[in-house]
Amino acid sequence: MRKVWDLIGGVHPPENKHQSVQLPIGVLPLPEKLVIPLNQHIGAPAKLLVATGDRVLKGQELAEPTGLVSVGVHAPTSGTISDISEYPIPHPSGMAARSITLIPDGQEQWVDHVGIDTTYSFQDYSPAKLLEMIRHAGIAGLGGAGFPSAVKLSPRKAITTLIINASECEPYITADDMLMRERAEAIVEGVQILSYILGGPEEVLIGIEDNKPEARAALEPFVRDTHIQLVSFPTRYPSGGEKQLIQILTGREVPSGGLPADIGIVCQNVGTAFAVQKAIYFGEPLISRITTVTGRACATNRNYEVLIGTPIAHLLAHNGFDEHDCSRLIMGGPMMGFTLTDPDIPVIKTTNCILAASREESPTPPPSQPCIRCGMCAEACPASLLPQQLFWYAQSHNHERLEAHNLFDCIECGACSYVCPSNIPLVQYYRASKGEIRKQAQEKIKSDRARARFEFQKARKEQEEMAKAAKREARKQAAEQAKAMTAERGNKPQGSEDIVKAAMARAAESQTSPAEQQARLERGIARAESHLHTVEKRLETIREEGSEQQQEQARAAVEDARRRLEDARRKRAQLDEATGSPDTDKVMARLQAGPRETLEKKIASCKERIAVTRQKIADSDDETLKAALTSGLEKQQAKLADAQQALAELPDNTPDTPVTRETTDAAANAIAQAQARAAATRDLPAEEKLRQTVVALEGRIEKARAKLDEARAGESEYVNALQAGLEKLQDKLLDAQQQLNAIATQPSAVDDDSGDAASSAIARAQARVAELASMSEEDKLRETVTSLKSRLEKARIKLREAEAERSEHVDSLRTAAEKLQVRLTEAEQQLAEYHP
Amino acid sequence: MALLKITSPHAHTAQSTASVMRLVLLATIPGLIALTLFFGWGSLINILLAGSVAVFCEAAVMHLRKRPVMFYLGDNSALVTAVLLGLALPPLAPWWVVVIGTSFAILIAKHLYGGLGYNPFNPAMVGYVVLLISFPVQMTAWPAPLPLYAEGVSPPEFLASLQIVFGLPGVETVDAFTAATPLDTLRQNSGLLIAQLYEQDPLFSLARWAGAGWEWVNLGFLLGGCFLLYRRVFTWHGPVAMLASLSLCAALFYDGGSSASHGSPLMHLLSGGTMLGAFFILTDPVSSATSNRGRLIFGALIGVLIFIIRSWGSYPDAVAFAVLLMNFAAPLIDNYTLPRTYGHKKSRRATEKKE
Repeated sequence: MRKVWDLIGGVHPPENKHQSVQLPIGVLPLPEKLVIPLNQHIGAPAKLLVATGDRVLKGQELAEPTGLVSVGVHAPTSGTISDISEYPIPHPSGMAARSITLIPDGQEQWVDHVGIDTTYSFQDYSPAKLLEMIRHAGIAGLGGAGFPSAVKLSPRKAITTLIINASECEPYITADDMLMRERAEAIVEGVQILSYILGGPEEVLIGIEDNKPEARAALEPFVRDTHIQLVSFPTRYPSGGEKQLIQILTGREVPSGGLPADIGIVCQNVGTAFAVQKAIYFGEPLISRITTVTGRACATNRNYEVLIGTPIAHLLAHNGFDEHDCSRLIMGGPMMGFTLTDPDIPVIKTTNCILAASREESPTPPPSQPCIRCGMCAEACPASLLPQQLFWYAQSHNHERLEAHNLFDCIECGACSYVCPSNIPLVQYYRASKGEIRKQAQEKIKSDRARARFEFQKARKEQEEMAKAAKREARKQAAEQAKAMTAERGNKPQGSEDIVKAAMARAAESQTSPAEQQARLERGIARAESHLHTVEKRLETIREEGSEQQQEQARAAVEDARRRLEDARRKRAQLDEATGSPDTDKVMARLQAGPRETLEKKIASCKERIAVTRQKIADSDDETLKAALTSGLEKQQAKLADAQQALAELPDNTPDTPVTRETTDAAANAIAQAQARAAATRDLPAEEKLRQTVVALEGRIEKARAKLDEARAGESEYVNALQAGLEKLQDKLLDAQQQLNAIATQPSAVDDDSGDAASSAIARAQARVAELASMSEEDKLRETVTSLKSRLEKARIKLREAEAERSEHVDSLRTAAEKLQVRLTEAEQQLAEYHP
Repeated sequence: MALLKITSPHAHTAQSTASVMRLVLLATIPGLIALTLFFGWGSLINILLAGSVAVFCEAAVMHLRKRPVMFYLGDNSALVTAVLLGLALPPLAPWWVVVIGTSFAILIAKHLYGGLGYNPFNPAMVGYVVLLISFPVQMTAWPAPLPLYAEGVSPPEFLASLQIVFGLPGVETVDAFTAATPLDTLRQNSGLLIAQLYEQDPLFSLARWAGAGWEWVNLGFLLGGCFLLYRRVFTWHGPVAMLASLSLCAALFYDGGSSASHGSPLMHLLSGGTMLGAFFILTDPVSSATSNRGRLIFGALIGVLIFIIRSWGSYPDAVAFAVLLMNFAAPLIDNYTLPRTYGHKKSRRATEKKE
């Protein structure tokens, strides 16, 4: 006799099992309809394989498992699918879920099904093959939780003990008892299959409570010559709890939060063993189960082999159900079962009992009294918890204390509520608290994520701010340097040449970049176009066959691609505008103009300025500004008079000799140089562009390859698409390389546009030189003052805007405005000093 | 069909709080009989008086708190408090002592803290201690046990007892019947060996083990306690720990029965309120420690405190003080004595945040 350990705690409620074992397992006539929920197990709901109106055969797979933790569902009989919709399912919450409604045709026509070849033993098959058969037979734990059996039978750790749970400790339920009495041989065969799949554990134990001697006697002859041991232990609820049974049979405890497999144990229900035998030997899926129909509100108490999906009302109708005497309709036993609110709810794979309790059996519970901490609950608790303390903290929502008191080790067996003299629904308090704590934990994860996001954003902004500050600092230093240089240059008589050089340099810089930019933009446009094309195509295919969500995504992608293309085109247009129409002619004309024309122009410009200044004076409210403007106006007028004088004095036939030969020479020199440069670079772009294209393409190919490899490794469905993309890129690269070779051997035509940028920059520089050359020192100062004034005005407007918006840049703007003000004052002072 | 939505479990024991309280009341009967046999009708009068005051107070409070009065009276908890206090008070104590003690126990010690299940201190013992401190004269006047009466003299009859309790004129006062208790005798003993004392003092010489009358009262309560243990109203941990630690202390300080001895373990077990305390007072679940391990500590420390206060204190008995002091400590004990939960390597602390 094998040693058994005592159950910790526990209670011994009236068994009430004798009522339903008087008659053998019965079979009911086919119901009018069967309702088969897609999710009768723990895990992902099965994926539908049939449609409304389909005729299905008995045992046909109606929905297949999706993902690892899932099992399929099968047609319990042949018939027609009449509906697939939300239907109330057996669940404590009374919720509805997607279910298939099947109208039986009464023919019981089986689908083709075979088990293992009878000439071989199941041991000739690999455990993996057998597991696959179990998975496709839709077998989920029949004990109550409904965990997919195939998953439970492929543990990650070595299994030393297989325990078959035949305890059936809940009062009233006799489904396993009757199954063992009548189908003992099949059960033992099933257990042997389970043992084989698990790699032949050292011990295989069938644990039975000692109140089922008939079942034990029925099993005994079949286990005699096997390594299977039958173990009886005292009847005490909840000995059939997985953790409790393990403790009773092995003396070991499943670690908190762990699985039995962690200590080398797998537990399977006796009904599951039977279902496994049917699946392996005959290829029959799980389409029926033994269910006890009991309770005093039913005239007949009996076990039936019930088709999955049979409405409970059908069961009750055949057992003389007295609606008026029924206080509660319970699915499962009186300790852990849940009440049903709708008798149309179907029997599912985990339905071991329908208890129609009479008013006498389950009277309406009296109101609960205060907890007197009598501790009877603690004595009954099989997990050695302190239910009275848990209740205390559950009432005050003290989650920390609840967790310290190991609330989550509560198996909700109901022993504490059963013994509570104050009628407190303790288990309900624990369920509610567990729910609260789980919800809080989820919310905490959410808020942690949000916080992390916020902190990252803050850090990024700070970084950006720092980068900006560094840039500002650099700009400031550059400005100071420039100032110092200008001061130095101011002493040199030939400063104008330097300016031209600098301008040339700048021009050279900006001249290469537009070409490059252009090339890049063109490439971008081409890419955007092709991308748009691809996504549009995809959208079309999805429109035909994809889900709504996919369509939505594709549409968004098309939008995005279009926007990008537009962006690229607009940028290109901007670039063209900036570089496309240079005003070289004007400048050249001006440079080459004779003194007369120069003077005439000067007069015209002076007149214009005077007009503008007058307007400004009229518009201005500021007294000091008015005064400054008036003095400027006077000077302009003096200048105008001078110019007119000079023009009058100019001989009519004066040859077009330059006024300031020196300056013009320098400028001409610079122009020559810049033009030479432009000419040199003008030839480059086509080749250069191509070269850059090649480099860019190579980079993209590299990336595409990496992606492809990754997709292949992850067995992604996009492998083909990626492959095609890579090939396209390679073609493009080949093209570009060929073109490049062609260009290298034969100089390309001059690209007109690319030269324009250079000439425009040159022209601008020349114009400035000319202006400077013709300007007196006083004029320069005056111009500085004007420009400073306008800048100051702009800065003030910006500052006002910033203040109105309470922008963070207010301070920096204010400093900038103040600086401008200082510089303006200085310039004005200089101007005043210059004028004796 | 209208089907109720009730969560599991759907089965329930017939046991109720009221029936538990009824069992406790039932279990006091042997002790009460012994008290009545040896000390007259006083205890019964105490119980009746205290019981009616308690029920009245309870009903008044429930009415004030706007709760269903009959529902709460039905739990019998006020009655238990009253009976325990009535048993602890000296028989033939004046009526106003009983009334003050009971109303204090119910109104202040129980309902001011939130009523049944929320009181941190044992209400009966709070009532007892309040009386002992306020009215030491009345509280130390114990009638002599029956064997000590001279030939031909008998304790007062029921009516006479009522007259004494209510202070009606025409009968002798209680002083005429009082005598020292075994604990008093032992404390006042300064020159005699224990053996001599047992020989000379009729209180001991007329007794079988530990003190005339007292030993039977304690045995009565022990019997009742065993009945409650058998009915699983409480666990053995608290009472056994208390009795064991009290005996151990007594044995340690027995001093071979010298004149400085504090009495034998048997004398301590069967004197004063030892058994009443062990099985009826410290087993009050509301104010005691929660876990079995906690109750062991709780009971053991009460035993030690009883011995200390009896031996070196100046009160006639120590159960009430010891219990109240340990009521203070119960939450602390609870914090460190959580049972080891299934699947855990060791027990946790109640205030622990993470395992």
